[in-house]
Amino acid sequence: MIHWFVEPGFWSNPVVGTALVLGAVVAVVSAAVGVMVVVRGQSFAGHALTDVAMAGGAGASLVGASPLVGFLLAGIVGGGSIEAAGAERIRDRDVGTGVVLGAAAGLTALFLYFVSSSTSATGSTQSVLFGSVFTVSPSVVPLSLAVAAATLATLFIVRRPLLLSSLSPELAAARGVRPRAMGLLFVLVLAASVALSALVIGAILSTALLVGPAFAALRVARGLVGATLGAIVAGVAAVELGILLSYDSFYWSAAHRSVPVSACVVGVVLVEVAASAVWSRLRRGRGR
Amino acid sequence: MGCEPLAGGRRELVHVHEVEVSLGGRTVLRDVDFRIAEGEFVGLIGTNGSGKTTLLRVVLGLQATTAGEVLVAGREGRRGGPIGYVPQRVAFDHDVPVRVADFVALGVDGTRLGLARRDRGVHERVEEVLASLELGALAGRRLGALSGGEQQRVLMAHALVSRPRLLLLDEPLANLDLPRVHETIAVLDRICRAEGVAVVLSAHEISPLVPVMDRVVYIAHGRVACGTTDEVVRPEVLSALYGHHVDVLNVHGRVVVVEGEPGDPGTHPEVVVR
Repeated sequence: MIHWFVEPGFWSNPVVGTALVLGAVVAVVSAAVGVMVVVRGQSFAGHALTDVAMAGGAGASLVGASPLVGFLLAGIVGGGSIEAAGAERIRDRDVGTGVVLGAAAGLTALFLYFVSSSTSATGSTQSVLFGSVFTVSPSVVPLSLAVAAATLATLFIVRRPLLLSSLSPELAAARGVRPRAMGLLFVLVLAASVALSALVIGAILSTALLVGPAFAALRVARGLVGATLGAIVAGVAAVELGILLSYDSFYWSAAHRSVPVSACVVGVVLVEVAASAVWSRLRRGRGR
Repeated sequence: MGCEPLAGGRRELVHVHEVEVSLGGRTVLRDVDFRIAEGEFVGLIGTNGSGKTTLLRVVLGLQATTAGEVLVAGREGRRGGPIGYVPQRVAFDHDVPVRVADFVALGVDGTRLGLARRDRGVHERVEEVLASLELGALAGRRLGALSGGEQQRVLMAHALVSRPRLLLLDEPLANLDLPRVHETIAVLDRICRAEGVAVVLSAHEISPLVPVMDRVVYIAHGRVACGTTDEVVRPEVLSALYGHHVDVLNVHGRVVVVEGEPGDPGTHPEVVVR
């Protein structure tokens, strides 16, 4: 029965295999980081870092470097700037994030202008904006896996002080945790996560993968561990299903034009968020 | 104005000596000098903006001083000491699925880095504290789904779970109705007497605390007076503290502290003492 949904060559195509593995890894990182993004109320910072990643990816294309390296370097600089611009109060943090967002958007426009006028970088603009999981260079995979492992390990090691400082910076400080250090560390973890998701579904749509599965899972789960596991399942499902839909879409019309992976992934994420909203409403209706 | 710890062999736990704090170029605490012994119940009394929260933050090591010395258990005031802290207000997001038991456990291991799972001893201690505060039934509930009074008790459990020697509470009675006020004070008194935890509770009204308080630290205009209620809530002591005349009146069995001369348009009742 499965052949009704999977077009020929899907499982045997090595490009698809790489995309499925890389996509799953990126989805796990995005979901785990995304739960803390929602708990900390830093969705805006996550969105700003996607713009920062765009500037980095465009800059990397301009000099012929790997987009992932550009995403990462720009994210580290941008994330550090967001924290340095003001983390004591939420309003200061938002203003700092907005300033970094504006600067990143300006740089992105500048770099993409140069990239689009350069014949040696054909296709880079689409790659930066909408991802390139089917065309990702095999040489990028080891670095991606290493960044993913380091990001997850860091998040897991600091999970308790990070959670405490997210719930109440004042309580955390009284216990001996340094909330600003936690904030800086987390924004660097966030930058790494955004860089990875930008590689798969593009910088523009990586916020959806970061926040969507986490938001849906937080609505449904009763505890934080359950929410994290739920977000991982939802994120992996969205990416894998998105890759399948994108692959299949090649055969849907005589013109053989695929729907981009990023659009398919975001479509699945939106369905998940809508389903969680219905679930949440039904549960409230039953008074649970 | 300084004061000595209670007699009876109790050891000194907190030593605040000639502390001064400036915020934004303004001196908000000056010549603050008091001591707290182990197992004491102390009320930190003053009006809004008198410096109570700043003084608690000084003891916690969260607020730097411009002069003076703060020792807690013989060591300079620093973060993460043997202190449990209940801040004035923590707003928990309704949608954050952090369960009461997990939040309370962070009072034990919230500073811990590493890959290890939470050990069984922490779970047992959390259950013990929740039971002692009659919160056992809430252990699996989301923090954000609790009422304000329940959240405050959970914050107390979070503060007590690490077996602190000193418990600081910043305005825990604000926004509680009278039965809840008396209930909260009774719980704190039991903890103080049964477990030997020194309790410092800030409030702007002294009345409900009088039956349980060993001593009062009265703060006004950044200066403090310390002693028993009878020693401190007197016209000559409070007048010296405020820097102008203050009356202490007995009205229908309650004592009203009135700032300013009788008939002065600026006169207003400030603190009521039963």
